[in-house]
Amino acid sequence: MAKQFGIIFACLGIGELLALIPGLNIPGSIWGMLILCLSLERGWVRPHTIAPICRFLISNMAFFFIPPGVALMLYFDLIAAEWLPVTVATLVSILLVFLITGRLHQFLHNRFRRHDRNN
Amino acid sequence: MTAIIDILHNPLSLITLTFLIYWGAGWVQRVSRQAWLSPMLITIAALIALLRLTGMSYESYYESGHMIEFWLKPAIVALGLPLFNELQHIRRQFMTLFLTELAGCVVGIVSVVLIASWLGASREVICSLAPKSVSTPIAIEISRQLGGIPALTSAIVVVVGMIGAAAGLKMMSWGGVKGGVSQSLSMGTAAHVMGTNRISAYGERYSAYATLGLILNGVLTAFLAPPLVEWLI
Repeated sequence: MAKQFGIIFACLGIGELLALIPGLNIPGSIWGMLILCLSLERGWVRPHTIAPICRFLISNMAFFFIPPGVALMLYFDLIAAEWLPVTVATLVSILLVFLITGRLHQFLHNRFRRHDRNN
Repeated sequence: MTAIIDILHNPLSLITLTFLIYWGAGWVQRVSRQAWLSPMLITIAALIALLRLTGMSYESYYESGHMIEFWLKPAIVALGLPLFNELQHIRRQFMTLFLTELAGCVVGIVSVVLIASWLGASREVICSLAPKSVSTPIAIEISRQLGGIPALTSAIVVVVGMIGAAAGLKMMSWGGVKGGVSQSLSMGTAAHVMGTNRISAYGERYSAYATLGLILNGVLTAFLAPPLVEWLI
């Protein structure tokens, strides 16, 4: 238990240090994620060691999002002021990103596979 | 009423309450059979309502709330495991994934900026909207750089995450996106960590692609948002 938490927080700690690098807006937790991935790849950490804590944290992530969600109550006024452009732009943009990312990937992926098969 | 408020002011009771509501919300989702009615959504709504009703400030909730929010960071680190498990496959398709992410990133920024601008939003609001697809910490930094309002950006990012998590799969099936990998990638791209979390219910493999979408879009947006916004407005 301690070992697993230790590994996660060590990665996070190093990540937070890297986040201090000026110019790159990468948050500490994302660096930490990359460091964990690297550690697994290099064999410094074994997957089965870290799997239980990872599974727990990932499956409960939605719960951890509750406080930031509640924080929305602070910004009702800000959003209400220009609600029309904000709402429409956000909704349309979300839809577009989903569809274009999804369709493009599907297209390129199938193209690539067909090409591979022809070889 | 004041007695209730006094009890609520105790950090322990607020955390307990959060857990209890979350548990109850899971039951509501099952009984109502509405997939989009996630326990997270219900709990957030219930807590906001409760705070408003009792006149409690968010700061009071945050005294206990921060202890829950704290675990987001290690949870994001934990995404490194599914990512590692998929690394072989990702390496083989790197070009495909990168090009897709590039397109997704640009579309995300350009569409929101153009539409908001056409509908008359102020410059600060437009700049706050630009980084909306990526995780809060990245989005806030970019927003600050562009001259947006970081608080507004963080609110929008949360909303985007919630909408993406709740409706993303529906949007994609309606739009003909069928492959599990394509869907996961999009979930991470459009709805960052919340999207990733939603898709992780379907399997670790999908977590990996969503995580990849999250990372790549985050990094690309950090680089491309400033020049794109400059060019567009």
